[in-house]
Amino acid sequence: MSRHYLPITLSCYIFVEMTFQAYETDGFFDEYFENVSLPRDHARLVVDAINALDVGDLQRKQHAAEKVLLQMGITFNVYGDSGGAERIFPFDALPRIVPQAEWLAVERGLSQRVTALNHFIDDIYHDQRIVKDRVVPADLIASAAGFRPQCVGLNPSRGVWCHVTGSDLVRDRDGTFHVLEDNIRTPSGASYMLGNRVVIKRTFPRLFSAARVLPVADYANRLRSALEYLAPDGLPSPRIVVLTPGMYNSAYYEHSFLAQQMGVDLVEGSDLVIDDGYVRMRTTRGLERVDVIYRRIDDDFIDPEAFRPDSMLGVPGLFEVYRSGRVALANAPGTGVADDKVIYAYVPAMIRYYLDEDALLPNVPTYLCWRDVDRRHVLANIESLVVKAANESGGYGMLVGPASTRAECEEFRRRVSDNPRNYIAQPTLALSRVPVLCDGHFEGRHVDLRPYILMTDRPYVTPGGLTRVALQKGSLVVNSSQGGGSKDTWIVPGEATHA
Amino acid sequence: MLSRVADAIYWMARYLERVADVARLIDVNLTLTLDLPDEPEPQWRAVVTTTGDIDAFTAVHPCPTADAVIDFLVFDQENPNSVYRGLRAARENARSVREIISSEVWEQINRFYLLVTNTRYSAAIDAPSEFFEQVRISSHLIEGVIDGTMSHGEAWHFARLGRLLERGEQTARLLDTKYFLLLPSPEYIGSTVDDIQWSAVLRSASAFEMYRKRHGRVEPQRVVEFLLLDRYFPRATHHCVIQADESLHHVSGSPVGTFHNAAERELGRLRGEFAFSEASDIMSGGLHEYLDQLQTKFGRVGTGIQKTFFGLRPAATDDITPAANE
Repeated sequence: MSRHYLPITLSCYIFVEMTFQAYETDGFFDEYFENVSLPRDHARLVVDAINALDVGDLQRKQHAAEKVLLQMGITFNVYGDSGGAERIFPFDALPRIVPQAEWLAVERGLSQRVTALNHFIDDIYHDQRIVKDRVVPADLIASAAGFRPQCVGLNPSRGVWCHVTGSDLVRDRDGTFHVLEDNIRTPSGASYMLGNRVVIKRTFPRLFSAARVLPVADYANRLRSALEYLAPDGLPSPRIVVLTPGMYNSAYYEHSFLAQQMGVDLVEGSDLVIDDGYVRMRTTRGLERVDVIYRRIDDDFIDPEAFRPDSMLGVPGLFEVYRSGRVALANAPGTGVADDKVIYAYVPAMIRYYLDEDALLPNVPTYLCWRDVDRRHVLANIESLVVKAANESGGYGMLVGPASTRAECEEFRRRVSDNPRNYIAQPTLALSRVPVLCDGHFEGRHVDLRPYILMTDRPYVTPGGLTRVALQKGSLVVNSSQGGGSKDTWIVPGEATHA
Repeated sequence: MLSRVADAIYWMARYLERVADVARLIDVNLTLTLDLPDEPEPQWRAVVTTTGDIDAFTAVHPCPTADAVIDFLVFDQENPNSVYRGLRAARENARSVREIISSEVWEQINRFYLLVTNTRYSAAIDAPSEFFEQVRISSHLIEGVIDGTMSHGEAWHFARLGRLLERGEQTARLLDTKYFLLLPSPEYIGSTVDDIQWSAVLRSASAFEMYRKRHGRVEPQRVVEFLLLDRYFPRATHHCVIQADESLHHVSGSPVGTFHNAAERELGRLRGEFAFSEASDIMSGGLHEYLDQLQTKFGRVGTGIQKTFFGLRPAATDDITPAANE
């Protein structure tokens, strides 16, 4: 998740008349309304509740919601401000609602996907059967920015590589969920999912209870269990820590929040030392052994002896202790190889190869620019496509063709021709929309969804996740660095509402 | 508890205490100079000398006026010992351990910081008493919130240890102000001016009223006894040393009166010395010389704490403990 600079504004939420009467779906898949006058079954409860509120009620609720956000200090750090200003992640009070029947399919699809990805990473760092069997091209692996030769032959605790995955889902014009990308390195945002839920419960207590929303509040518990699962056998109370780059990192709030919620220590690299073959932390009572590290530092920076020698954030010698199995790391180093946007295109093939199943959740159709035929298509149609660099995130290194100038398109044509391996293209999707409160009325805005998948002996998918919303009218970019906000995500009892 | 966390809490408390003590010193001198017959400059020079910044001060300000001293000791962003910089350091330390201190503590520290950053120098000069009163209240408030909202466990004891060591040391420094204040001529000894100056020293430590109840007349030897050796006055150095020692032993778990590390040894020695000291001995040996040695001893206590709790290194790299920790 990237940082943003926009403080939440209340002015947007103070309105005179509060109904959906003037609401338009504009031909997109709207998750609240089948058409202008007909709310979907699962949204009816919320729509009725909102229509029944009077102006004063809504204002009070908005005010309360904002206050809770401020008090909880759910913030991003703003770099370069010595006054230490921390900003709030913009939050829209209307929940995004998905019926449970539909969600079960998503849950099964994500479980299948993460299971296959875990097989893939393990295979890549061992026999590379999938390459030998010509399912994934060899030079694609060698050229993947996330491939770490140091990890070849590595056997992580219990065979788990991707302990925490955050896959980004989008719905297209007919409402079908697609996987847009898999974040398998150190995905962030879970603290905002939890924070949004706390805020919404205080804001709409009755509506929330009537809606029978599936809970996400046990996430910290489950994360803790997933980490305990990695500790050596027979260790009654393993020492778990969260490793953060430090308080100037933009996601520091999340690191400190998760450590606090799990009841474990939040450490920086300099708090840890390698002593006598183990990782130990410096405490006021001496050095104490650490068994599991939930690290929120990228591979390159965890150990200057194994990866980037100029890293000041990591722990010299950590990787060697890890290789010998005397400490567990989550996520495992080297998972970035499956995070690559070109390799993403092969996930359905992986699912078939490792699990002998068809992918339950479709990918977004993807053109791989290193294939001549795909590249010719991309160069000819760049104005209508979304072009992405294979290893960027946060909405950077990306071109949305229909929203770009001729010069920008030219620039990307050049980049694609110069370095085809590093670019993919996808059709511009008509992302689904959800109403947001805006200047005294409701307007539809595009959303995506990041559920979190925890891997132990089996995958667990959070019911819902973090819904990100493009607050700017017409925008398709939901990243917080590009004017995005967030919503609470409700999985509620109910049938699927689209074909 | 992580060494880094203990370190941050200890220094957070030390900085918070230090800025309040500096503010108190300035405030008292503002009132004091109104009662003095002569030019106030020597008085202000004494203040800056006490805080140990006279060289840095004269480099930027030609003349030690009240305004210049307030600017330098409170608002100066370049002076590492200014209230502004001290608060910034306290806040940064607090921010790095937000998950350990209570959110109310964090909010109070943040408010204190905003009070000083949002007050313009000119506003403070126009209504100094008002400003310094707010600073004093903020400091009391933080102490109260720490006591009332944090469990009295290891983190709290580290905060208390830092606060009390700083306070004990600062009270001793205050006494030294009087040394730098030369009376115009020997016949002033015991005069109204002398009396006013000693009273000001007491007031700087918020000790004037309590002193009156205990000793009545203001006499130099008794002021020294009260501020250094009193067991019960909360800002007296002896009292601070006793309480700090208790917190130290709470942290380490070893009985008071014994030692198992450098911190306990140095603080225990200091506590022992105080228990058997008399003001007459201190005066006859020279107050300034005594206070000088006292600073050194406090320094040893700080180094002991640093070594014992914060500067931990694995055995193999013990010889490369950075000099910065000494």
